[in-house]
Amino acid sequence: MNGQTKNNKALVLRLAAIVVGMFGFGFALVPLYDVFCDITGINGKTRNTAASYDFVTVDESRLVTVEFITRTNSGMPWEFEAQTKRVKVHPGEMAQVDFYVRNPSSRDIIGQAIPSVSPGTAALYLNKTECFCFNQQPLLAGQEALMPMKFYVDPQLPEDIHFFTLSYTLYDVTATSSEVAMNNK
Amino acid sequence: MSTVADDLHHDDHHDHKPSGIKRWLYTTNHKDIGTLYLWFAFIMFLIGGAMAMVIRAELFQPGLQIVDPNFFNQMTTVHGLIMVFGAVMPAFTGLANWMVPLMIGAPDMALPRMNNWSFWILPFAFLILLSSLFLEGGGPNFGWTFYAPLSTTYSNDSTALFVFSVHIMGASSIMGAINVIVTIFNMRAPGMTWMKMPLFVWTWLITAFLLIAVMPVLAGAVTMVLTDKFFGTSFFDAAGGGDPVMFQHIFWFFGHPEVYIMILPAFGIISQIVPTFSRKPLFGYSSMVYATTSIALLSFIVWAHHMFTTGMPLFAEMFFMFATMLISVPTGVKVFNWVATMWRGAISFEVPMLFALAFIVLFTLGGFSGLMLAITPVDFQYHDTYFVVAHFHYVLVTGAVFSIMAAVYYWLPKWTGKMYDETLAKWHFWCSLISVNVLFFPMHFVGLAGMPRRIPDYSLQFADFNQWISIGGFAFGLSQFIFLALLLKACRKEGEPVSDKVWDGAEGLEWEIPSPAPYHTFETPPVVK
Repeated sequence: MNGQTKNNKALVLRLAAIVVGMFGFGFALVPLYDVFCDITGINGKTRNTAASYDFVTVDESRLVTVEFITRTNSGMPWEFEAQTKRVKVHPGEMAQVDFYVRNPSSRDIIGQAIPSVSPGTAALYLNKTECFCFNQQPLLAGQEALMPMKFYVDPQLPEDIHFFTLSYTLYDVTATSSEVAMNNK
Repeated sequence: MSTVADDLHHDDHHDHKPSGIKRWLYTTNHKDIGTLYLWFAFIMFLIGGAMAMVIRAELFQPGLQIVDPNFFNQMTTVHGLIMVFGAVMPAFTGLANWMVPLMIGAPDMALPRMNNWSFWILPFAFLILLSSLFLEGGGPNFGWTFYAPLSTTYSNDSTALFVFSVHIMGASSIMGAINVIVTIFNMRAPGMTWMKMPLFVWTWLITAFLLIAVMPVLAGAVTMVLTDKFFGTSFFDAAGGGDPVMFQHIFWFFGHPEVYIMILPAFGIISQIVPTFSRKPLFGYSSMVYATTSIALLSFIVWAHHMFTTGMPLFAEMFFMFATMLISVPTGVKVFNWVATMWRGAISFEVPMLFALAFIVLFTLGGFSGLMLAITPVDFQYHDTYFVVAHFHYVLVTGAVFSIMAAVYYWLPKWTGKMYDETLAKWHFWCSLISVNVLFFPMHFVGLAGMPRRIPDYSLQFADFNQWISIGGFAFGLSQFIFLALLLKACRKEGEPVSDKVWDGAEGLEWEIPSPAPYHTFETPPVVK
């Protein structure tokens, strides 16, 4: 009977290790998902760090149309609009689009814009050298601003993509962000 | 401490057990715990069923008449949670507790004290979940799949209670699964080799592995919901860099294997019953084992077929479509094996066999509607309609629940030593069979016509079918009281005494012990030739 108990204990320990491992795996899915989407670009997320614009050759043989869509999340009172609705650019060519924001409410609000590209594969080839979405954007009550975004389309962009849409959703992150951002203003 | 010692001491004596409530609270006997699980599951089945009655009463007519939409949402949510985690899974665990040791010739489960724990934490989990319905603001209302941001941004504070109750249910299932695996690995009687194990034991072994693989992932998912909601993390919040679609990936990575957790033991039960009443050995035993294993493995790579409309790239949709269709191959192997077992058998139609036959036909029907849902382009039409509701109720009610009823009728005489009331049993079967089809079959039609699920109101053109569905629902609900009456009679030990073998075509170790099964069995292991 003792041998039996020993065997049981060994097996229980191994099974418990699987349980703990799978609990960890559940959380590991979070970074794995991000890495997978970064590599494949299938969820349309663009990089949230600035790209550099060095040694880029402009491919004048074709034009790509980039369209801009803006929306605010529910509960976010800002007016938010792209000054240019669509641009035609050669891959490798630098372009700038300004986004207009106004805080019509009577309280100071910190906003965060989240970009999304459709079709998702184009996200890999959209290089932003400057973007308001890299940081949280504070806006005092009643204030308005123009927020710049500079980008170029990677010349490696697959030939079959002639058109893609960049959409920004603006979130109110005042409650969760620190007050530092507001003071820095 | 002294009670524990006393209890251990008592257990050493044959058929000597504490009386009254203490017997059930302190019990480490696999048969007692099995009985507890089965009664608990049946009570939960009735409570979850009562919620379904509320849903069907509201949907009897278009417009809002009985409950407000928020309460309706709580009913659909808690109905799902109770039926999945409170009824089907504990019922299978109860059957495993009763039958696995008897079928492999073991004196008890390997870890009897943990067995007691894994049962007795369950009532608390459901007490927490059900009590949340009575709090201000109500209980969970985001669907049993608790998609973010419904469960994070838009839910009320009772979400914390939901999360803790799911944690407890998960802990209970994991402990139960570990117990089953250790019992099957270490306590088989001499000569009971792997490929001699009854199929119910095989399917439960594989189910137990699925449980320990995915229940921790569910625990992780609810924990992320908890921290997103209350502690400022952003796993699923896009504003903070998270992704709500990722919730669906994590949830269904658990959720799809969970589907097979609720059906593999049913395959095992049917594979025990069909040979008995066909008086022939099971056709294709080893192919059954391999089919079960491959279904279990495939279940890990098909989860995104629940998410075809989330905007996945084409290659992912194709992959998940074909992987899903692949599952119908091993499932088809099983269905054909059952049919081949019956082929030229001397079939008799006792109630367990009736339920098993209904299972084979109606589960296959649910499988076919599943195949339709697997086709990505048409799924865009069917997604989130009553067609999906029809599909999963065919596989879970006429599938899993019918198999549990078949199992109860099959083994009840062995448990009580008396034959159940056959008239009541036949009434129960025929009333259930007819009403369940009146209940779920028209759901296919309203679903194909575009009636969305989880909505307390619907367009006028669906009114006639919904009345039929509701009438079928009420009739199916009432039919279960026949089952309750039969079970109460059986517990009072009424009925004709049965032989040890009970059914003349029955094979296996559980039929070699006396009827009713004594409190302790196989203290000296049998030898399997």
